[in-house]
Amino acid sequence: MKRNNDWKLTLTSTPMILIYVMAVFCIIAAIRQPAFLSPATLVNLCRAGIFTMCFAICEMVVIISGGIDVSFPAIGCVAMYVPMYMYNNGMGVDNVFFFFGVAMLAGLIFGVLNGFLVSYLKLPPLIATLATSSVASGGLIMLLGTREFTTLPPSLEALYSINLLTFVDPNTGFNYPLTILILVPIILCLVMAYVMRYTMLGRGLYAIGGDSNAARIAGFNVRKLQFIAYIFCGVMASATAMIYTTLMHSSTTTALMGEEMIIIAACVVGGCRLTGGHGGVGGTVLGVLLITLVENNLNMLGIPTSWQTFAVGLVLLLGAVLSSVQAKRISKMGKI
Amino acid sequence: MSEEVFLKLEGVKKSFGGVHALRGVDLEIRKGEIHCLAGENGCGKSTLIKAISGVHNPDEGSIWIDGEKVENMKPMDAINRGIQVIYQDFAVFPNLTVAENIALNGELKNKTKFVNWKQIHEVAEKAMAQVGADIDPDVKLERLSVANKQMVAICRAIINDAKLLILDEPTTALTAREVDKLWDIIRSLKAKGIAIMIVNHKLDEIYRIADRLTILRNGTYISSGDISEYDQERFTRDMTGKDITEEKYMPEPGSEEVLRVEHLSRKGAFENVSFSLHKGDVLGITGLLGSGRGEIGEALFGLSPADSGKIVLNGKEISIKSVSDAMANEIGYVPEDRLTQGLFMQRSIQDNTIAASIRQYMKHGRLDKKGMEDTTNYWIKELGIKAPSPKPAVRTLSGGNAQKVVIAKWLNTHPKLFILDGPTVGVDVGAKAEIHSILHDLAKKGIGIIIISDDLPELVQNCNKILVMKEGKVSGMMDNSIDERTLGNMLVGSSDRGGEKA
Repeated sequence: MKRNNDWKLTLTSTPMILIYVMAVFCIIAAIRQPAFLSPATLVNLCRAGIFTMCFAICEMVVIISGGIDVSFPAIGCVAMYVPMYMYNNGMGVDNVFFFFGVAMLAGLIFGVLNGFLVSYLKLPPLIATLATSSVASGGLIMLLGTREFTTLPPSLEALYSINLLTFVDPNTGFNYPLTILILVPIILCLVMAYVMRYTMLGRGLYAIGGDSNAARIAGFNVRKLQFIAYIFCGVMASATAMIYTTLMHSSTTTALMGEEMIIIAACVVGGCRLTGGHGGVGGTVLGVLLITLVENNLNMLGIPTSWQTFAVGLVLLLGAVLSSVQAKRISKMGKI
Repeated sequence: MSEEVFLKLEGVKKSFGGVHALRGVDLEIRKGEIHCLAGENGCGKSTLIKAISGVHNPDEGSIWIDGEKVENMKPMDAINRGIQVIYQDFAVFPNLTVAENIALNGELKNKTKFVNWKQIHEVAEKAMAQVGADIDPDVKLERLSVANKQMVAICRAIINDAKLLILDEPTTALTAREVDKLWDIIRSLKAKGIAIMIVNHKLDEIYRIADRLTILRNGTYISSGDISEYDQERFTRDMTGKDITEEKYMPEPGSEEVLRVEHLSRKGAFENVSFSLHKGDVLGITGLLGSGRGEIGEALFGLSPADSGKIVLNGKEISIKSVSDAMANEIGYVPEDRLTQGLFMQRSIQDNTIAASIRQYMKHGRLDKKGMEDTTNYWIKELGIKAPSPKPAVRTLSGGNAQKVVIAKWLNTHPKLFILDGPTVGVDVGAKAEIHSILHDLAKKGIGIIIISDDLPELVQNCNKILVMKEGKVSGMMDNSIDERTLGNMLVGSSDRGGEKA
């Protein structure tokens, strides 16, 4: 009975299938377009994946805890807009910590609101965060208008120009700089991987996502854990939004709106179950990689970029089918 | 057995918004004894468990644990004093591994901030060794059978030197063999000096395991004593407050054939099943889980139709390929799991009662509200459903009354054949007897009644014919002169090998 057919399970598990799909994608891309193998691709991929990765980790924590947060793009917009607005209206100082501080404070406020709605008022998380999303986004436009800030304050501009390394393409002479901000998702992933696996906080999030009643009986503070999940999501998403502004040189009230679906999809493709309790950093990273790869490198396969949404849709479909098939397989596998 | 008392309750009262759940309960549990707590549904058993485990604090009365009077106990306090509850749903985490499920509570109790996986494995292996469980510690709980999940829950309970283990109806979802194994574990825990309290209302099981017994009725303490002081009669009387003597069902032999089934087979479920049912007959179908007993009912009702065979109902051969075929042929079916398959829990008694016969009430494109209400009132009266009106939601009813609503729903379709899978699971003694007598009356009126059950005393008492299934085949057909023990041996005895495979 002990661990006999586990290797078979491992080879056909969701993460492995994602790796196969990515490998096939890369091989085809490399055959059609040898330039794909250039380090430039990797640098571009990393740059493109920074926000997706950070947002996905935020969302993953909430999904694992048994909830869902569709408000983080709206919260992020508030977080990126308010500090820029303050700066451009003569309030606040030109300091990286000020910008990120204000952003994360905004995230904290909305995170607390989400946590309160879900854990104290027991609203369904989807409804609660939808409401928060509208309140945040609508309130922002109502109070502060809809300007677009495209010039960064000097301190953020300085942050923007710090690069870890710069790859110079020997053929074209183009520069491909890799921003230091790539460290944020990397560190975030490492820290969260540790937290989710090796701390009682992380295990508690899995526990309440698996069965919140059982968690309560076992002595977990379910409310506190839910609060932590939504606050983490709000604060971290806000910091990510500030990174977005820094890298994109843009801050608007709607820049991130609509991101939630692709992020939730990346989590689900990576093995998070919307019912909670399942998933992890490893799978989520793979989900994000796959989606980023497809989003940014379709032209390498010779597919027109106008097909991008369609192709991403196909990837999501793959993820959804995969997770449902896997769940069915496990439930059919026979009880032991 | 030591006479030392571990837990003592005196005059414990608790009410919720004017409803008295406990009206003065005394209870005494000694160290190293197996104590059964029995009572009909709604007698306050669950509230009592919650009072002992610190989930609710009693309004009046006192609780002593290990000679010390405790007040304002919180769940964590109860755990720290060695009280562990295994709930009916086990309260385990389906998404976590066996090892983590076992060790997590201990980690939580010790207020550890970080998880040491090696230690978790050690704790789990040690606990499993103690109860003699052999489960892969790295498997997720969602892949375990009910019995193994329960095992995990027991392992989890005992790791933190439990002194009192409370099991809430531990046998409802187990097969006979699994129950035996559970009792072995319980006895070995008892030998280690752990006090065990089992909530149960199956008398035969109580006799097999309990040292002492306490009976509650309507939130009130009725009696307590050594198991030897109770016979069937006293037990039922104390449980229900009434003298219920169920006699074996002995109908007058009827000549009219109601149902004949010939060579019914469905691949992978059962094969070559034949039986017949005459007017007045109540047929019991039994067998272990997976023997095909439930599948026959599903086939006759078209849920998963048979591949081959012949069904003759009231002299007419019928073909059943779907539920609508079955309903067109006036067959009624009470599923085993009434909560998810038999009832709309949130809807009213009336909505549930007319659910299978709603077309009857369609008049000129409108529903005849008055007719539906009259019908529901009729069945409430006829079946003795304890409800003030047809309006309350079914989820507010006790198990027995909810089951009566399922029965009412089908009786209102005026079935010719009525199949009931586990008709009295989770139903208390009093309501059980009432349901049985309803079924007997129906049989006498010429309606074919089939009871599918693993409750052997129930079958012997209420069926005049019993069909025994084993591994998909009919292994015996007998009348009710057979006693439970022989019947039990027929089910379990030689089918051990079959069980191991599954």
